[in-house]
Amino acid sequence: MKKKMATLALGALMAAGPALADLVIPSLSYRTGPYAAGGIPFADGYADYFTLLNERDGGIGGVPVNVIECETGYNTEKGVECYESTKGEGALIYQPLSTGITYQLIPKVTADDIPLHTMGYGRTSARNGKVFSHVFNYPANYWDGASGAINYLLDENGGDLNGKKIALVYHNSAYGKEPIRTLEELSKKHGFELSLLPVDHPGQEQKSQWLQIRREKPDFVLMWGWGVMNQVAIQEAANIRFPMENFIGVWWSGAQHDVLPAGDKANGYKAVTFHAVGDDFPVFDDIKTHVVDAGKAAGAGDQVGTVLYNRGLYSAMLAAEAIKDAQEANGTGDVTPGMVRDAMEQLNITEERMASLGMPNFGPTFQVSCDNHGGPGLIGVSQWDAGTQTWNLISDFKPTDGEVIGALVEEDSSAYAAENNVETRCN
Amino acid sequence: MFYREAGDFKTSYIADSQTFPIKFDRYRYYVVLAVAFGVIPFIINDYWANALLLPFLIYAIAAIGLNILVGYCGQVSLGTGGFMAVGAYACYKLMTAFPDVSMFIHVLLAGGITALVGVLFGLPSLRIKGFYLAVATLAAQFFLVWLFNRVPWFYNYSASGQINSPERDVFGIIITGPNAPAWATYLFCLIFLTFSAIIARNLTRGTTGRTWMAIRDMDIAAEIIGVNPLKAKLTAFAVSSFFVGIAGALFFAVYLGAVEVGEVFGIQKSFLVLFMVIIGGLGSIFGSFAGAAFLVLLPVVLKLLGVDLLGWPTDIVAHLNLVIVGALIIIFLVLEPHGLAQLWRVAKEKLRLWPFPH
Repeated sequence: MKKKMATLALGALMAAGPALADLVIPSLSYRTGPYAAGGIPFADGYADYFTLLNERDGGIGGVPVNVIECETGYNTEKGVECYESTKGEGALIYQPLSTGITYQLIPKVTADDIPLHTMGYGRTSARNGKVFSHVFNYPANYWDGASGAINYLLDENGGDLNGKKIALVYHNSAYGKEPIRTLEELSKKHGFELSLLPVDHPGQEQKSQWLQIRREKPDFVLMWGWGVMNQVAIQEAANIRFPMENFIGVWWSGAQHDVLPAGDKANGYKAVTFHAVGDDFPVFDDIKTHVVDAGKAAGAGDQVGTVLYNRGLYSAMLAAEAIKDAQEANGTGDVTPGMVRDAMEQLNITEERMASLGMPNFGPTFQVSCDNHGGPGLIGVSQWDAGTQTWNLISDFKPTDGEVIGALVEEDSSAYAAENNVETRCN
Repeated sequence: MFYREAGDFKTSYIADSQTFPIKFDRYRYYVVLAVAFGVIPFIINDYWANALLLPFLIYAIAAIGLNILVGYCGQVSLGTGGFMAVGAYACYKLMTAFPDVSMFIHVLLAGGITALVGVLFGLPSLRIKGFYLAVATLAAQFFLVWLFNRVPWFYNYSASGQINSPERDVFGIIITGPNAPAWATYLFCLIFLTFSAIIARNLTRGTTGRTWMAIRDMDIAAEIIGVNPLKAKLTAFAVSSFFVGIAGALFFAVYLGAVEVGEVFGIQKSFLVLFMVIIGGLGSIFGSFAGAAFLVLLPVVLKLLGVDLLGWPTDIVAHLNLVIVGALIIIFLVLEPHGLAQLWRVAKEKLRLWPFPH
């Protein structure tokens, strides 16, 4: 009876899946709600890159790309609905741009054999490919971000943070809580004092947190914010005259729309990043010719070259390259999600490769391997110049504290493996 | 022509006082049950289960729970999200502490724990009424969410503060986790919904339900004729929270699999379930089903029509959904305060005389 039911269910599932004609790439975006300010430029960049590939090259390896956009509103329930509805279309890779949805999808994609790429978000310990077979978070993750910010502060302070006070303002969710473990370890190692200031969803109310900062006078403030929370925090920091150069956000708190509302007062605000900023790359000329001028830009088409647009572009580029590799490795245009996963595990992004795509020095060079799904974790720092209204890189992309992060990754991923009876791979 | 009692003779008291006294209605009920248990499990796939049926079944349980409190006993509650969180976290702690125990028992125990918490937060209802009680339950909502965020014991000290449901089974059939087959999760929730509805229906038409309704209609008069308000209000809170707790446990363990309390069980959830009860119909079990179905299906249907069929941008459709839900709530409150259930009752009356109305 049980077997019969399973067979029937399987039959229904197979009947529901349509024939694979295009390369289907779902875009779980959010253009509504309190996080839309970040969701829109990312989704535009993501969609525009695939439009560019379709218009200029006729898709990837000659097979057109079909991007299915599904609105999640940064809400996990809608994220599940989007996943289920796009899965049946033959989705090759998921990039949900939401840590909450990522947690949701990690077990599901593993069961359904579809790769999940969470670039700079999601579950940090997923970099351990031994446990997380279908999840990738190259080229950098939250713990790299936290360590990168602390390393930058170490450099600024002559290698000594002993006795300094650092406050973390964070979104009170899985996303915002991610760096705490690393920062706690680092505070033990470097002797700084860490204070934690959670901000509840959606983050418009931060008066009490900033009052506390005003009272405790921390030397530096780090921020793990997203959506409307970023603008409010920067405005509040300006209101209490907190020195902006001592205020560092993670890469999700460092885009144009986060700093513009505070005007000149936001001058000097910093954010860590793992890819280049600005639109001074050959690929943008192609986007202008083939996408924007042709009237095919996603959304309002006014986001080209912003920080999060670039990140969407970068994310789409990494997905496209993995698909290209999968096509070459298997000698077929119609790749399956499983083939893309295998290709992602061997993805090698070199300088020549990025240059040939019109994106020289856009991000770090890296090589993914079976046990390391996280890339090198090279972190740079960018600073906002309110006069010219641009983000500028003020440090090189530097390595992070691999010792601390490696131990934490090992600990967290083995806890996950034990909880879910995952057998380790790559042995 | 339909729903006529003519020719439907009852020869015993039991037959006379059954839930569906009219033959046509009764057969319709049997057909619905037969389809739900005998047909859908064989044709269900992941999309149908996870996008439509599971949320509908689970929200229907939550709506039944809230309907008992708000619709039958007249105690306004905005704490549904918080009580669902209690159910979810209770289920999580039980699942991780006793991995070998059947999920049925975990979910029932989670409901029981939520009932205790509900009674605790129901105590103020003996002193305060109406809006003031709504504010008191609102405090429960915020307190519970804060508690689950604040105390690491509840989420087993995980780094992200999330809870993840591990793989658990019932008689060897996997119910939770990514490998659970769609039909099993569906049947699991359906069994809970069926029993919840039968229990709720029979409670509300017995002594307990009548005391609730007496309290709802006029608490002073009820007290004078001998209804004990302490017992009536606290039983309403307990039964209501029990169902809401079950819904929360299923929502976390079977449907979502990973939960972040602030986002999933926030104040929006309380309002969503309240809207289900209002649109569906206060004081009606059928209304709870109708309201849950309506609010679960509406966004999906709008998306299918707007995005997939007409090719509209996704953000326009998402905004349209908000506009439509808001407008519908106003329209229902103005035109049909008794909700979809009342429309159904009116339709039945009309059908009874059709095609020859006097």
